[in-house]
Amino acid sequence: MGLDSRWVEHPRVQRRFLLFSFAAALIFLMLALRLWYLQVISYDRYNERSISNRTRVLPLAASRGPIYDRDGALLVDNRPSFRISVMRQDVTDQQELLQNLSELLPADLSELEARWAEGKRFPVYRPVPLAFDVSRETMERIQEHSVELPGVLTEVRPVRDYLGKGSAAHLVGYLGEITENELSQVDFHGYLPGDYVGKIALEKEYESYLTGHRGQRLVEVDVKGKLLRQLQVEPDRPGNKLFLTLSQPLQQAADQAFGDQSGAAVALDVHTGEVLAMVSRPTFDPGLFARGIASDEWVGLLRDSRHPLQNKVLSGLYSPASTFKMIVALAAMRDKMSTARRVVDCNGRFELGEATFRCWKKNGHGRTGLKKALRESCDVWFYQVGLDLGIEKLAIAAKEFGLGAPVGFPLPGEKVGVVPSREWKKRQFNTPWYGGETVIASIGQGFVLTTPIQLAVMTATLANGGQVYKPQIVRRIEDWQGNILLNPEPELLRHIEYPAQAWAEIKTGLVAAVNEPHGTGWASHLSEVRVAGKTGTSQVIRRKSDEEEELETGDEEVPYRFRPHALFVAYAPAENPQIAVAVVVEHGEHGGSAAGPISKAILEAFFREKKEEAALEQEGNDV
Amino acid sequence: MFDRRLLTHFDGVLLLTVCLLAGVGIANLYSATSGWAFIATPVYLKQSIWLLGGVGMALLICCFDYRHLEHFAIHGYLVTIGLLLIVLLLGKTSMGATRWIHLGFFNLQPSEVIKIAMILLLARIFGRTAQPLGYSLFELWQAALLLILPVVLILKQPDLGTAMMLLFIAASMLLFAGLRPSTLFGLSALGISCAVGGWFFLHDYQKARIRTFLNPEQDPLGSGYHIIQSKIAVGSGGFSGKGFLDGTQSQLSFLPERHTDFAFSVFAEEWGFIGCVLLLLLYLFLIIWGIYIARRAADRFGMFLAIGVTSMIFWHIVVNLGMVIGLLPVVGVPLPLFSYGGTSMVTTMIGVGLLMSVSMRRFKF
Repeated sequence: MGLDSRWVEHPRVQRRFLLFSFAAALIFLMLALRLWYLQVISYDRYNERSISNRTRVLPLAASRGPIYDRDGALLVDNRPSFRISVMRQDVTDQQELLQNLSELLPADLSELEARWAEGKRFPVYRPVPLAFDVSRETMERIQEHSVELPGVLTEVRPVRDYLGKGSAAHLVGYLGEITENELSQVDFHGYLPGDYVGKIALEKEYESYLTGHRGQRLVEVDVKGKLLRQLQVEPDRPGNKLFLTLSQPLQQAADQAFGDQSGAAVALDVHTGEVLAMVSRPTFDPGLFARGIASDEWVGLLRDSRHPLQNKVLSGLYSPASTFKMIVALAAMRDKMSTARRVVDCNGRFELGEATFRCWKKNGHGRTGLKKALRESCDVWFYQVGLDLGIEKLAIAAKEFGLGAPVGFPLPGEKVGVVPSREWKKRQFNTPWYGGETVIASIGQGFVLTTPIQLAVMTATLANGGQVYKPQIVRRIEDWQGNILLNPEPELLRHIEYPAQAWAEIKTGLVAAVNEPHGTGWASHLSEVRVAGKTGTSQVIRRKSDEEEELETGDEEVPYRFRPHALFVAYAPAENPQIAVAVVVEHGEHGGSAAGPISKAILEAFFREKKEEAALEQEGNDV
Repeated sequence: MFDRRLLTHFDGVLLLTVCLLAGVGIANLYSATSGWAFIATPVYLKQSIWLLGGVGMALLICCFDYRHLEHFAIHGYLVTIGLLLIVLLLGKTSMGATRWIHLGFFNLQPSEVIKIAMILLLARIFGRTAQPLGYSLFELWQAALLLILPVVLILKQPDLGTAMMLLFIAASMLLFAGLRPSTLFGLSALGISCAVGGWFFLHDYQKARIRTFLNPEQDPLGSGYHIIQSKIAVGSGGFSGKGFLDGTQSQLSFLPERHTDFAFSVFAEEWGFIGCVLLLLLYLFLIIWGIYIARRAADRFGMFLAIGVTSMIFWHIVVNLGMVIGLLPVVGVPLPLFSYGGTSMVTTMIGVGLLMSVSMRRFKF
């Protein structure tokens, strides 16, 4: 301590105490001088500003970009909606105010109190929303009573209007109120609590394009906070316009053709990969989410065994069944022409070791070559050819066509599917591959699983002779002044090489399947255009044994959930393909009779549109 | 054995000054939030409860001999660093920054605790060895390392204000301990280059605040709003003020955060230049009294402890006032004893308790 006191007593250290006190005083003097400058010298200026400073900044909601089909038909628009909110600082008696409001609004007191409590995390000068999307009458009633409701504001805000109701709902998606978690993310910088943002699909993926830039209003208010006049407006900027590749007439035709059935349908432009129609059934109304979905409605959608919220085009997994047979035939033609030239005598059954595999036609097709096998979908021919070929070559061909892997659709949620191989089976089950599994895979059953979008890409590739395009959904994005912001080019993923003759023979078989009397796809043939197509009937449970078969009296008795899925893939016109379609009707039983008509409806709509376009053009030329 | 001198040496002047300042602060909060019908417990009432708790805490701390704290300085420091790490890993995010640990009944903010922990640690380091000629750069590397660690952790949160406070406090204590002229020169050069280089590491919102500070009118509806509104409130107070409860700017709620960081502008509007100068004098008295306590301290540890606490309070005052009256950018530092907030009150009162503890044990035998 002695040393301590000596150090402290040292004049230099003693000076330091004085120095510090002096420095503190000096800095405080500077603060005082600044105050003198603000409060005395500049008093007049600031006093004047304080008198005129009865202003407030109010946000101006911007409308979200509309969504159009490829020809400019409006699919998703905005409509005005009335929102009731409150400036908390102008409220003198919270309880009384909420009580009064609960009598005028279609909301009860506890709901309003919850909204109020939620608003406590906002800065005080920001209005707290209490009720969304109220009717015009309610809004007018609130305005009449504005004297008794100090601090209550009625705001007009644009909300989403889904014109097609459930049509293309899975593609478009829906909006929901921004969550606290989203607010803290960098992507949502500049968003405010109470804002609506895209939650799934296009509304979510293109949020940054669709959302508008909010404006601000500088308004003058009186002492009680009542609005007097507008001083300055920083206008809002509406969101950008999204033009889809979808064609509304095709979409509507597909929706109508489905009726009450579940399933999925997708149509592609074979030369660009553009999605012309995309249907997943059953569907839901995205408008329910726009006004805030009730919880029982939400639970109903979630629990529905037919999965209305799932986009089955991307995430429905189905055995491709007979629609897979084109791949087998092509792979055979590439391998050895002798394999493909094989003529099989189909007597309705195929023996391999102890196992017996049956053709769908009980009594068999008789002598069958490639064309007849495709036309009449003879299973036995494909069993034999598939077995000759082997699973590995089959798997390579299937993968080239985009099966068993995501096709790169520009929305998340695509399922992978399965194209089995020896290596795959080893990895999955750690068991060797059996010949019987090759037999089953040759007719697209067993382990093989695909999504409708994969089947559509496959069909488009068959139609255009080997060009695999990435499916596209956005055709163009324009800002509100019409400047083009995004204009995606078709994206060719790869080109598959096959002899020209191979493509031609597949086409002949597919044309025969639709247009010749014995063809399985007769139900989808068109009178004016030649369609090439293939049916498929995908077993949901294992094929029953012969004994059970004998007892079976008719299809009517099979419970819905055990009925097979119906598939149909097609392209048209056969000689100069433009459009490719893939349809799955869940538990629709027969590809030809259940899925065929839906494909037919889409193709009809497509060619009707083409004809009308041509007619219009003709008219234009005549004038 | 209880020493009777503890009672006779009790620092009533300090406690009285602190209570006087806090009392003015609470009256000011009453005015600032008088229009707020929507809060269940009025802000001024909550602040009064915090003050009572704070005074109790200060009295408890001053009964405890600060010299024991010297041994715990390192433990306290390590625990606080641990808390800072926890905050970074799983803290509660509020307005984009993670500063809190949620403890159920209240939110712990370790970046406040570290101020006290750092003061204790530096007091221990400087208290141990006297350097008659002042410290050289080499002798400081230990202290420098111990300082940089929490500063980096706090900048990560990110909380520029608190990190700056920590550096200011450490710099004040270091200046007091004494530096060789060459070291002083070197450190100043280092500080300036860090400040310039640091610009590139700032977050966008922090850069926006600094740009706005340089030219608030460029974005009057956005980030310049705080500064402009605050200056209007302060300036329109004039020489004698508009009178208690009669400030139009604050009452009309054009002033955001008027009960926390901008509480002083409410006071300035209602009490004018006269009131402000009186308040400044009261604060200045507190600071000089703190330095006086340091001068009379029984040992070097106590002296540095008093200097550290005093500089903590001093820099909070200067940075907050500088911000409110447009001399410094908006960094979100509360005015001690004046701004509403439990955390700030608790930190300040812990500091006051330590000051009283040093003051009471000034006898030297």
